[in-house]
Amino acid sequence: MMKKIISVMLAAALAALALVSCGTSGGDEDTTAGSGTNGGSDTTTAASETVSGTVTTNGSTSMEKVIGSLGEAFEALYDGVTVEYSATGSGSGIQAVIDGTCEIGLSSRALTDDEVAEGLTGTVIAYDAIAVIVDTSNTVTSLTLDEIASIFKGEITNWSELGGEDAEIVVIGREAGSGTRGGFEEIVGVEDECDYDQELTSTGDVITSVSTTPGAIGYASLASVSDSVTTVTVDGVYPSEDTVLDETYAIVRPFVFVTKTDATLSTVAETFFNWATTSEDAKTLISNAGAVPVS
Amino acid sequence: MTRRGEIFEGIVHGIFLILGLLTVGCVLLITIYLVAAGIPAIAEIGIVEFLFGTEWAPTSSEPSYGILAFILTSVWGMAGALIIGVPVGFFTAIFVSKFAPAKLKAAIESVVNLLAGIPSVIYGLIGMTVLIPAIRTIFGVANGATLLAAIIVLSVMILPNVISQSVTALDAVPSEYEEASLALGATPTETYFKVSAPAAKSGIAAAVALGMGRAAGEAMAVMMVAGNVANMPSLFSSVRFLTTAIASEMSYASGLRREALFSIGLVLFLFIMLINATLNFFLKGKSKKR
Repeated sequence: MMKKIISVMLAAALAALALVSCGTSGGDEDTTAGSGTNGGSDTTTAASETVSGTVTTNGSTSMEKVIGSLGEAFEALYDGVTVEYSATGSGSGIQAVIDGTCEIGLSSRALTDDEVAEGLTGTVIAYDAIAVIVDTSNTVTSLTLDEIASIFKGEITNWSELGGEDAEIVVIGREAGSGTRGGFEEIVGVEDECDYDQELTSTGDVITSVSTTPGAIGYASLASVSDSVTTVTVDGVYPSEDTVLDETYAIVRPFVFVTKTDATLSTVAETFFNWATTSEDAKTLISNAGAVPVS
Repeated sequence: MTRRGEIFEGIVHGIFLILGLLTVGCVLLITIYLVAAGIPAIAEIGIVEFLFGTEWAPTSSEPSYGILAFILTSVWGMAGALIIGVPVGFFTAIFVSKFAPAKLKAAIESVVNLLAGIPSVIYGLIGMTVLIPAIRTIFGVANGATLLAAIIVLSVMILPNVISQSVTALDAVPSEYEEASLALGATPTETYFKVSAPAAKSGIAAAVALGMGRAAGEAMAVMMVAGNVANMPSLFSSVRFLTTAIASEMSYASGLRREALFSIGLVLFLFIMLINATLNFFLKGKSKKR
């Protein structure tokens, strides 16, 4: 029994350590976001006394990094303002605006005609490239959109068919409902036709799994891609801020603020909306969060 | 007994009663909630299509909600974990209870307890970084995240349950049985397998049922090693369990899809209840014999 208690305590100590380290990195982000905004915020500080309250946002999990850094900076700018964010997915976020349970919905896809007809307006705040990644030992570093579609549909199953080594292709993707998966499948044209070998529940898992599996291919938000995997060129174009802006990179999706067309936002939400869509500070923050701000 | 003592006793009884009812209340609440939340989707989809449909595609333009693949995967995963975990656990238990010297016995038991204390996410992590590449190399398959990986992880995870329950059962066998057997000329090995093990069989069966429960209910470790694609189970394909189906989709789901996940929860709940009923059956059998 005593041994069991000791083992539980050891586990608890480990967990506590992990928490401490998380806390520290969170703190670092705070300071960078704060100093980033202090630089050019002289014009807006005058308004700070008049705005207070809560901005409720709800939607895309892919926008977590962007909305997180925007929210933090905005809270630092105005005393007594809170920016709330529920990570529920684009579909739920749009529904929440229709239902009136949040003021600004977050969608990582453009609104459909039906949604616009329901009285919604989408404002694109940034673009995000979805990178197609393979493990670093793979000799294939360039694919066309058609080849990618064939791979994900299971029509091409070996890298030798694409001029690579004789290795089976392991297709790694996200779970159904993920914004990244939705965006990728829609743009590549493989909706409901994908033949996955693994469906993982986060961007980080996809990158780790691709990096450790020889012959793997996957997709992830460009912002999150690290050196542990190789990003392939799509139709000869490498994803970057420039190729996203000049629209040469194919797999790009918008980050959209969704609002009701005929209803006015509360003062605090409107201030946040205008600041996030127009100010230079917000553009820097969006860029730092790995997305490409609308110019 | 003094008047004050009686009041004190009364208060203590009251507190214990309330705490006891609280536990019962929790179980009732969960049961009622799961049934209430799980029935509507089953009614809408149709129970036959839900339980025996082979395709799970909730986001497709024509959504289908068949969970047969999840059910079979959970059954296969559990069965596989028992096939590997029970023999290993049983023989370890015999060794610990009958052969091992006292010091070694204490050492093994504390290691087994430590194994029980390791969080499931750690099992998953090690499975992901060690087991999956190993399966890839040994079996020459491109994708290591398979049912086999999940079975191996689960069989290690159920070991502590199987071992410690079996050891308790074997220790409780009256020493007269063994002495009589030895006196009649049986070797120790014959005695342990032909006398002690049969005498402890209801306890060992309970150990197996406990292991089944653990294997069926595990989500985290399995999610990290099984690949999570809704395929029909086969040893070298990526599969999704009942537990991981709920865990991986809940954060995105809405509408009927969300309700269908609750229905999966209900199926899993009934599954585990069945295992628990089996466990109780064996435990009752044990107490009647004494």
